[in-house]
Amino acid sequence: MIYTIALAALAAIWFASWKMGQGQARGIIAGGQRMHSLPSHYGAYTAILAVVPAVLALLIWSIFQPLIIDGMIVSSLPPERQALDDLFLNALINDIRNMAAGNPVRDASDPVIIAAAAELSGWQTTANFMLLALLGGLAVIGLFISRGQVVPEMRARNRVERFVMVLLILSSTIAVITTVGIVMSLLYESIEFFRRVPFYEFLFGLHWSPQTALRADQVGGSGSFGAIPIFMGTLLISTIALCIAAPVGLFSAIYMAEFSSPRARSIIKPLLEILAGVPTVVYGFFAALLVAPLLRDGGAQLGIGIDSESALAAGLVMGVMIIPFVSSLSDDVITAVPRSLREGSYGLGATRAETIRLVIVPAALPGIVGALLLAASRAIGETMIVVMAAGLTANLTANPFEAVTTVTVQIVTLLTGDQEFDTAKTLSAFALGLLLFVVTLALNVMALRIVRKYREKYD
Amino acid sequence: MVMADTLPDEKTPRTAIVADGVNVHYGTKQALFDVDLDIKQHQVTALIGPSGCGKSTFLRCINRMNDVIDGCSVEGRILLDGDDIYDRSVDVVQLRARIGMVFQKPNPFPKSIFDNVAYGPRIHGIAEKKADLEEIVHDSLVRAGLWGEVSDRLNEPGTGLSGGQQQRLCIARAIAVRPDVILMDEPCSALDPIATARIEELIDDLRENYTIVIVTHSMQQAARVSQRTAFFHLGNLVEFGSTDAIFTAPKDPRTESYITGRIG
Ligand SMILES: Nc1ncnc2c1ncn2[C@@H]1O[C@H](COP(=O)(O)OP(=O)(O)O)[C@@H](O)[C@H]1O
Ligand SMILES: [Mg+2]
Repeated sequence: MIYTIALAALAAIWFASWKMGQGQARGIIAGGQRMHSLPSHYGAYTAILAVVPAVLALLIWSIFQPLIIDGMIVSSLPPERQALDDLFLNALINDIRNMAAGNPVRDASDPVIIAAAAELSGWQTTANFMLLALLGGLAVIGLFISRGQVVPEMRARNRVERFVMVLLILSSTIAVITTVGIVMSLLYESIEFFRRVPFYEFLFGLHWSPQTALRADQVGGSGSFGAIPIFMGTLLISTIALCIAAPVGLFSAIYMAEFSSPRARSIIKPLLEILAGVPTVVYGFFAALLVAPLLRDGGAQLGIGIDSESALAAGLVMGVMIIPFVSSLSDDVITAVPRSLREGSYGLGATRAETIRLVIVPAALPGIVGALLLAASRAIGETMIVVMAAGLTANLTANPFEAVTTVTVQIVTLLTGDQEFDTAKTLSAFALGLLLFVVTLALNVMALRIVRKYREKYD
Repeated sequence: MVMADTLPDEKTPRTAIVADGVNVHYGTKQALFDVDLDIKQHQVTALIGPSGCGKSTFLRCINRMNDVIDGCSVEGRILLDGDDIYDRSVDVVQLRARIGMVFQKPNPFPKSIFDNVAYGPRIHGIAEKKADLEEIVHDSLVRAGLWGEVSDRLNEPGTGLSGGQQQRLCIARAIAVRPDVILMDEPCSALDPIATARIEELIDDLRENYTIVIVTHSMQQAARVSQRTAFFHLGNLVEFGSTDAIFTAPKDPRTESYITGRIG
């Protein structure tokens, strides 16, 4: 609540100080002097000086205020309560907070809680006033400083632009730091895992069964963590998907780029791209409830045993899902092949098909390969379809009619439900995630490099 | 390579191509109005005129390149050795094999030099054996005056050559199909003066064996390489005659303004 008020106040200060700085600059200009920058730059500069320090203060405050107040509550408690262990102490603090905020509390008659809550409310009110005073003070100081700085020679534009640049850099840093953080945490947990299970066993082991006995008297294996079978499963399903998506995507791209009228293309292309926008869970139940039973029954008719969770079903549906990745990008690179090359070929008496086969596709090949790699990395990382339609048991096979499991499916099953984060079983999910990340990253980097190289050629 | 029996007779050269009442529309816009023109065998015919006057359009009618443009329609007749190329019985693929084309911007395929030249012979099945194909490639590069420069790097990409070399590669590529006629659409407009001079020399050499139609916006070039010149203006063929006559004694005032630099 107090933060909402503080932010609203800061917003008001932002606009007011902007107007002030702008007005001041206009006044100087009206007095016949030339200013270095536009009045709005001085407005922005004033607003930044008044508000940015206050925003920073607010951020820091919001981090430390709860910590400090918690500490004060604890030290005001009777000594025997202070000695409680963390879990109970936290519950107690929660109760006190809830009571102070007027929410229902488990043990509303406990005098300790009542007293502490009253004290807490008092402290909070004080803290709120202190915060508002601090923000107001900072704003006034900022305004005071800027007042003296709105002078003709001050380069407000340059300073404002530098501030904007810092803001932009900060934003991009956040994205980068997040990525780095994700990778680091993956790495950290993976290293934990590799302390328990040797590296080579994970990379080259042929048997995957992560169940470990939690207690000595439990039945259950000691767990084996050979990742080959599940990576093979991922590979099998992705290969099936690419076998669908590569020809269909490429041919529709060729049709769109070379044969369709511009009108038809403007309809077909977005329609194909909708395929990429269908939520994967929809593909998932499509695969599990429609395609898999159809395949199983069809197989039975023909006398082929097809599992009801066959790799084929998941792969087929995933293939449909990634068609637009292939078609849309390939269409772009095919249309980017210069018209002059087509004319050169037609001018030598080549037919349309010959021109496509001998000139256009080879010229666009790097881009097409890039599109295929992107689609492949998408297929490898895809989770929902395989969770719903692929199997759970690791099965080292290349037979598309059998059930296989994939890396993503294993990660989901390892981490859903209540888990302890210090067993090899749970930690193995991180190792799988890391390996998957490395594979898709490599594919993406390769694809992007190929696509970029191709772009350079005609520019 | 001079064959005595096909040497042009300077006085009465044979007519290779006749355009008879050619009208071209792009959609509803008319680009050419009733053009009549005859092109002599083993001569260079230059098409000149301000840009947008329909030179390229006319040139592209001769090998039916306009067929691949949506909304372009051609009326009238164009006779190649007496046969209408717009007749239903004509196969465009064979027609384009007889009439080669060189474009404004050099457009070698992103393939090796060898494959660029071998492209046409391969798709037309001209060479059965590898040795035959190599001979055709060799001959074509020699005729295009490029052999000496590329003989040791036939497997390198054609796109790695200089602009002038690329354009001669495109000429070699056209020659390899053994055409009777070569159409050139401003073949030197993307080249520097030295490369241009080489191509002009080459055109003069090629005239012995091929009928050449060249679009150019440079009047000096038309004067240097051509025997006959056609002046187009706003889609009309204004004046057509021997290059000497057009440049020294133009009959139409528009031609005169153009060659003296007043329109263009
Ligand atoms: N593909 C096309 N679509 C529509 N109009 C065209 C096309 N190509 C050329 N034109 C029009 O036809 C006219 C003649 O063009 P063009 O033959 O290219 O002229 P030139 O080669 O003499 O400069 C121009 O007005 C041009 O705008
Ligand atoms: Mg032109």
